[in-house]
Amino acid sequence: MNGQVIAGQLLVGLINGSFYAMMSLGLAVIFGLLNIANIAQGAFYMMGAFFSWMLLRWGGIGYFPALVLVPLGVGLIGMAIERLLLVHVYKLDHMYGLLLTFGILMFTQGLFVWLFATAGRPYPVPPALSGGFDLGFMFLPKYRAWIILTSMTFCLATWFVIEKTPVGRTLRAATEKPMLTRAFGVNVPALMTFGFGVGVALAGAAGLLAAPIYSVSPIMGGDLIIVVFAIVVIGGMGSILGSIVTSLSLGLLEGLARVVYPQSANMVVFIIMIAVLLIRPAGLFGRER
Amino acid sequence: MADVPSIALTDVHGFYDDSHVLHGLSLEVARGEAVSIIGRNGAGKTTTMRAIMGLLDKRSGSIRVKGHEVIAAPPERIARLGIGYVPEERGIYASLDVTDNLMLPPRLNNNGTSLEDIYKLFPNLLERRHSQGTRLSGGEQQMLAFARVLRTGADLFLLDEPTEGLAPVIVQQICEVIVGMKAKGNTIVLVEQNFHVASLIADRHYIMEHGRIIDCIGRAELTTKADRITAALGI
Repeated sequence: MNGQVIAGQLLVGLINGSFYAMMSLGLAVIFGLLNIANIAQGAFYMMGAFFSWMLLRWGGIGYFPALVLVPLGVGLIGMAIERLLLVHVYKLDHMYGLLLTFGILMFTQGLFVWLFATAGRPYPVPPALSGGFDLGFMFLPKYRAWIILTSMTFCLATWFVIEKTPVGRTLRAATEKPMLTRAFGVNVPALMTFGFGVGVALAGAAGLLAAPIYSVSPIMGGDLIIVVFAIVVIGGMGSILGSIVTSLSLGLLEGLARVVYPQSANMVVFIIMIAVLLIRPAGLFGRER
Repeated sequence: MADVPSIALTDVHGFYDDSHVLHGLSLEVARGEAVSIIGRNGAGKTTTMRAIMGLLDKRSGSIRVKGHEVIAAPPERIARLGIGYVPEERGIYASLDVTDNLMLPPRLNNNGTSLEDIYKLFPNLLERRHSQGTRLSGGEQQMLAFARVLRTGADLFLLDEPTEGLAPVIVQQICEVIVGMKAKGNTIVLVEQNFHVASLIADRHYIMEHGRIIDCIGRAELTTKADRITAALGI
């Protein structure tokens, strides 16, 4: 087994882990505030990739402005969906939230397939980020390194806002005791809308990061969200840093599995998920809800 | 505006899902007054507080806070009329440290007690400011629950069983805090099982039973109507 192959697969694993981290962080914010398991996260990821493609194709707007515009746009659409659809299921059993977001995922995918067909469309790596570094034991493409750095920046920024700022304090309070927080004068329903927007904006940003390396297709979110859900079960919803650590670790584990026994790579995460559900259902870093 | 009652409940019915808990409740609190609601467990005292704060599932009738009708208003709007709510369970957040718990409730105006003065009143909170909120003792949590609403500039306070389960020394401290709040001209509604505490603070006592007010006893009538109070409290 050659060192370059291993390094290459670990890099892929780290990149996947970075996407998993952004997606699961968004899910954790949404679940904490709204108590909804947002399967539609996959649809917002796909929309992020597609908006980037549309901005470039139809607006001539490139990658770097898209880094700001795409998460913003996806976030705004998310807030509209929360106000129009999700508010109606808050008082119901959790199952309905899951079913509704599942429906939104299916509908959005179907809509985009209808408009764009399933074939993947290419999105170019921005010239400033093309090429790479020769590290001796492997060649590190600049864009790959960029993905890891940017997603970790997004994740750590989210962690910082939630743990260390007044807005984050209010968010944590609303997550723990929504009614009491309202009794202090905080507009928790508006906070929930905003929180959903932030959670899906992270997915949209992941979609933009993914566009140059996976082609842009309406079904690109479907497979990803299933793995991300398994990762969230494994890590639990207890801590933000826990979600990040779990995501990166499982990405690396998948990469390792691809080297050792490639056929197992797709199953590794789900085998671990089943084991965690049987032994410690709250997840490795989770708290019982 | 001086004659608009701070709180006026008229024929309020309250429900937890299908359970009819408040049966035509009516009471009034004038500005600057301190009023207690006393009664046995299950009489509906906490439910009344929750009804005023908009935390009850279903309510009908009229609830006016400082002249504004709030029977259908969301809790955040009611709070912003200037209410400081100290709930029965104290409501200290486990996911926030003491300082964050203290700073969480937004300022409702510029008249709140300054942080400096709060720490003078409650030196324990300064000492333990980095502790996780629920690591505090019961008495310290109660102090924190008071401190955080004093900071907001609220002038109308709903205090639900503030001395419950606390040692006599702490009960004494809390009484002093409440008397101090009253002396500043704030309006106070106090739910208390401990009648001694209630008698020290309140100008009038509403007696509640089965979800309605059955009597109102003023400070001057305490000796003459003592038997009604003991009957109401079941002691």
